[in-house]
Amino acid sequence: MSAATESVIRVRGLVNQFGNDRIHDQLDLDLERGEILGIVGGSGTGKSVLMRSILGLMQPTAGRIELFGHEMSDVEDMRAFMAQHAGVLFQDGALFSSLTVLENLELPLKSHRPELSVQLRRDLARSKIQLAGLSDSACAKMPSELSGGMRKRVALARALALEPELLFLDEPTAGLDPIGAAEFDRLLRTLQQALGLSVFLITHDLDTLYAICDRIAVLADRKVIATAPIAEIEQLDHAWIREYFHGPRARAARGEE
Amino acid sequence: MAAQRRVSGKLARMVNRHHSQPEMRDSDARPEHSPFLTISGESARLAGEWTLAHAGALERRIAAAGELQALDASGITRLDASGALLLERLLSKQHIAVADSGLAHEWQKLYETVQRSCDESPAPEPFCPPAWERMFERIGRSVMEVADATRELLSFLGLTLHRLGRTIRHPKRLRLTATVHHMEQTGLDAAPLLVLLASLVGAVMAFLGATILSDFGAELFVVDLVAFAFVREFGVLLTAILLAGRTASAFCAQIGMMKSREEIDAIRTLGLDEIELLVLPRLIALIITLPLLTFIATLAGLLGGLVVAKMSLDVPFSMFVERVQQTLTLQHYLVGMIKAPIFAVVIALIGCLEGLRVSGTAQSVGEHTTIAVVRSLTMVIVLDAFAAVYFMEIGW
Repeated sequence: MSAATESVIRVRGLVNQFGNDRIHDQLDLDLERGEILGIVGGSGTGKSVLMRSILGLMQPTAGRIELFGHEMSDVEDMRAFMAQHAGVLFQDGALFSSLTVLENLELPLKSHRPELSVQLRRDLARSKIQLAGLSDSACAKMPSELSGGMRKRVALARALALEPELLFLDEPTAGLDPIGAAEFDRLLRTLQQALGLSVFLITHDLDTLYAICDRIAVLADRKVIATAPIAEIEQLDHAWIREYFHGPRARAARGEE
Repeated sequence: MAAQRRVSGKLARMVNRHHSQPEMRDSDARPEHSPFLTISGESARLAGEWTLAHAGALERRIAAAGELQALDASGITRLDASGALLLERLLSKQHIAVADSGLAHEWQKLYETVQRSCDESPAPEPFCPPAWERMFERIGRSVMEVADATRELLSFLGLTLHRLGRTIRHPKRLRLTATVHHMEQTGLDAAPLLVLLASLVGAVMAFLGATILSDFGAELFVVDLVAFAFVREFGVLLTAILLAGRTASAFCAQIGMMKSREEIDAIRTLGLDEIELLVLPRLIALIITLPLLTFIATLAGLLGGLVVAKMSLDVPFSMFVERVQQTLTLQHYLVGMIKAPIFAVVIALIGCLEGLRVSGTAQSVGEHTTIAVVRSLTMVIVLDAFAAVYFMEIGW
């Protein structure tokens, strides 16, 4: 790996507008190789819209998005590129409810790597499920039979099925109990380090921010107002940041009284 | 097309360039398509990209490898979790420790993570009985399901009647807005299609009758045929069949989605009653609209017959009406109309009941919608057949 920081995602001058409602205005963002970038911001600041623009799920009004140093000209291009290089964990897992856990993982392998033998495909899918910290007995279950935490783990395993270098997570710990959330954080960190992933992580969970994020990007006033390690972000003088990082919940997350 | 090809070409280049980045450092030492596993005697050399992209080729090489004494993995330029799994498989088959393989330091951590996760022995495959046994099992299950469904429908009918009785005693509890809304959706919106279908069926029937009856010189009896058929059977049957397809499915999907999003549970915890809130408005709406639609369908069928009689048989308009007046009595009309509210109850109840039986997933909504349509169609036709025999026996 080159020591110099290299942007995996580079967003410049992104504008997103719905009707008269401008969500992003000249937004810039960089995700560097091998880091976990936490995206925070109040409700309605367009965190999910930002993720959808980068994934090519929607056409931004204006702006430039570069992935791995290549400028993406249109949405189709981007989606095809992202399918090869990025895994996504949607908020509620978005597992295919008509397929078993194992089939959920086999589906992307089947369509992108048709040359693999059935046995190998099954073994690869199974190993991802185990990597995500689930026991083998989960393979035959239907998504509706899983608990919230297990569903997130299966969704993470599916996101990793095609060996992406980039991982997008939309509130991975939302809806988990604190112990489950902490375990999930640890799992994420382990996998990120082992697989060398670059992670785009949307979260509201202060514990997650403190525990695993290398840098934080704060979305407010239609832009990214700051991108820095959490210790620096805390010191910034901005109303929302003060409220967010110095409220009672933040103090608890830092372990202060 | 050309543009598309250009785009995909560009993409492929981008993908290739990206993938080959880590390899560039070694590219002068090794040819582009390095062999993944070279065996010389009892030692092997691993090289190249051990990634998902090459997993198929890697697996074949590993399967072909015989007994090995030594193994050198230092040539691996790229490893991902899939490659690590295959490497783990090779090493454990050959009983070689990863420390002795010379795997580059930067991949050690990944390898260990994957190896740790593979420790568990695979869960046993679920036992699968032979095909004939499964066939009997399925037949048995289906029979039990039909029995269960009938029982469930009857108990649901009882429950709904109880709530209906309560609503009649306290008319303020009826949700009037919802009822009118459903009347519009199931009645008014269905009327144009129903008129089209019924008039076409009426026309077809008149043509059929004309072909056969003209051999006997009894063309005028075409009027009797169309009038009897539509007033007694086809008016109500066509309406019920259309609504079984259109409305039973809509009721089931609406309530099913609410069920899967826990809205039904929310209704219950708020101290409300889902039968009263969701089922009664739909039931009452259908009981009102189905007879009205039946009337419209009957008229449309007669109209279709009338047009054909006029155009191809030269039966004048006035004679058609006169003939209808002579042959039809109130009894015939009632035989058709009495069935309409009964079919309405069957369709509404089956649609709502299947909606309430939905469990969680999107697939379940689809399954139950299908069941709702099939079951209400079946019930409508079976009941109609019974009714036909009954009215014949009592001489109506």
